[in-house]
Amino acid sequence: MTASPEGSKETSERDNLRPTPTAWIAIFIIVFWVLVAVFAPILAPFSHSEMISFESFAVVEESAFLGTDYLGRDVLSRIIFGARMTLGLALIATIISFTTGIVLGFVAAISPGWVDQVLSRTVDAIMAFPSIMLALIIIGGVGTSLPVVILTVALIDATRVFRLSRALALDASVMDYVSVARARGEDVGWIMLHEILPNTMTPLAAEFGIRYTFAILFISSLSFLGLGVQPPVADWGVMVKENLQGLLFGAPAALLPAACIGTISVAVNLLVDWFLHRSSTMIPEELMG
Amino acid sequence: MRNLILRRLALGLVTMWVVSLLVFASTEVLPGDVAESILGKDAPDEVIAAMRERLGLNRPAYVRYWDWLSGLLVGDLGVSLGSGRPIAELIDDRLWNTVRLASVTAIIAVPLAVILGLVSAMKAGTLMDRSISIGTLCMISLPEFFVAALLVYIFAVKLRWLPALPSVNPNSSIWESLTSMALPIMTLTFAVLAHMARMTRNAVINVLSSAYIEMALLKGVHNWRIILFHAFPNALSPIINVIALNLAYLVAGVVIVETAFSYPGLARLMVDGVATRDIPMIQACGMIFCATYVSLNLLADILSILTNPRLRTQN
Repeated sequence: MTASPEGSKETSERDNLRPTPTAWIAIFIIVFWVLVAVFAPILAPFSHSEMISFESFAVVEESAFLGTDYLGRDVLSRIIFGARMTLGLALIATIISFTTGIVLGFVAAISPGWVDQVLSRTVDAIMAFPSIMLALIIIGGVGTSLPVVILTVALIDATRVFRLSRALALDASVMDYVSVARARGEDVGWIMLHEILPNTMTPLAAEFGIRYTFAILFISSLSFLGLGVQPPVADWGVMVKENLQGLLFGAPAALLPAACIGTISVAVNLLVDWFLHRSSTMIPEELMG
Repeated sequence: MRNLILRRLALGLVTMWVVSLLVFASTEVLPGDVAESILGKDAPDEVIAAMRERLGLNRPAYVRYWDWLSGLLVGDLGVSLGSGRPIAELIDDRLWNTVRLASVTAIIAVPLAVILGLVSAMKAGTLMDRSISIGTLCMISLPEFFVAALLVYIFAVKLRWLPALPSVNPNSSIWESLTSMALPIMTLTFAVLAHMARMTRNAVINVLSSAYIEMALLKGVHNWRIILFHAFPNALSPIINVIALNLAYLVAGVVIVETAFSYPGLARLMVDGVATRDIPMIQACGMIFCATYVSLNLLADILSILTNPRLRTQN
């Protein structure tokens, strides 16, 4: 947002745009998992619920090289299908939270005071809860199902997105280009879409990564508690829960799905770190936490 | 200053009240009431109606809210739907188990995190700082249950040094109960350590970049002296804030850790309550956790007012 001579800005940007080795590793991991999730039915040797052996936690002939889980299902196939479930659910939740969070945040920033007050105080009230407690209370009240889990995670995420996008929009809304647009007689929706959104894109993109990892961790934690995705569906959190008791006999069945969650969330976090570092001049410091 | 603190306390009370309102609302007003969840959806209407009568669900919601809140304030937490026993009785031991787990973790994690943060702030930009930074980033990204499973695998299954499941036997010695709780404590420490270390680093680096530190440097003051006598007192307020905020992470961590290790604590009682839809139990446990969380945040605010000279001397 700082005005700098065109030429020098371009060169420094080109230098900064080049991903560091860490960023390359992160990109590689993310692309890998996306491909696995998309092509799951082609890649997986078995279906997610097929019992291929009567032996639990064993590398039997029929199974792929990771062996079987506690019900004699193929661990590799379940991890591959689990990628779909875990990454897909988190993506849906993040997209919902982003659209509602950004729209409400922008509305709060450029609307008259009372709208902002109502929205901000509601968000404050929701944020007074530890997020896991909020989820437990909602799921306890309504019972669990996939839509409930997705909407709960989206609600928790949306409060954070709301805060960020409101603050960013407040910063942007005092800029000259917004005043000019207002003077031109553009309506609020147009200003949000054409003036404020493009100028808050960078921090919002970084926030998307942070919220996405949060959603992955949160949904799989709920599944691990037995309150999220329900068996026999393959989800990485569910797989850890199911096979935890068998740690003594078949460690891969419990450890690998958990490690998969670790790889994707470390990768996204590293990418966000690099991204924030490279564009740190564009983001107000108080929002970096 | 007193006004500032009083105002903050009042705000804390209001927050607590709003939280209680939301806890009650989300478990009572949403579709499917308690009577239905006890008897199942297929139960005949008359039976459900009788159960509603017995549980007092026919009274308007605000009356029930008032009963619940006033009971809560005098320690009457209601009756569990699952076992029919008073919740206060069920919670008693569990609460202390959780408090013990959380406090031992705090005693270990807080000094460790502050030291890690200080070291990486002092050595900012060096290999040491970068490895701490990447290490803590990975710790943040890993789900707690992965850390739990990995630690059990290493220390209980492979090395056989520590028991996989903690036993809480009141007769065992302190050493015995500590070793039996070692794995849950380690997992929980992992969960809170990383955030705390990273935020401490940022707080100290912020202070280190201020003008008076540069002045001290130019005067030729020794490095450690600068850190301990010039930077640390001013970084204390943000660091205390960081610690209190992150102790609140314990609330979240405890839920996963107690489930992973079958630890007989309050969080597991609550998770079981959610699974069986024992609504009074969810409300009671939820209120205890949320009240702790709100109080810790409140404590952070008040301590940062007290450690900040500008706020402290303000009228």
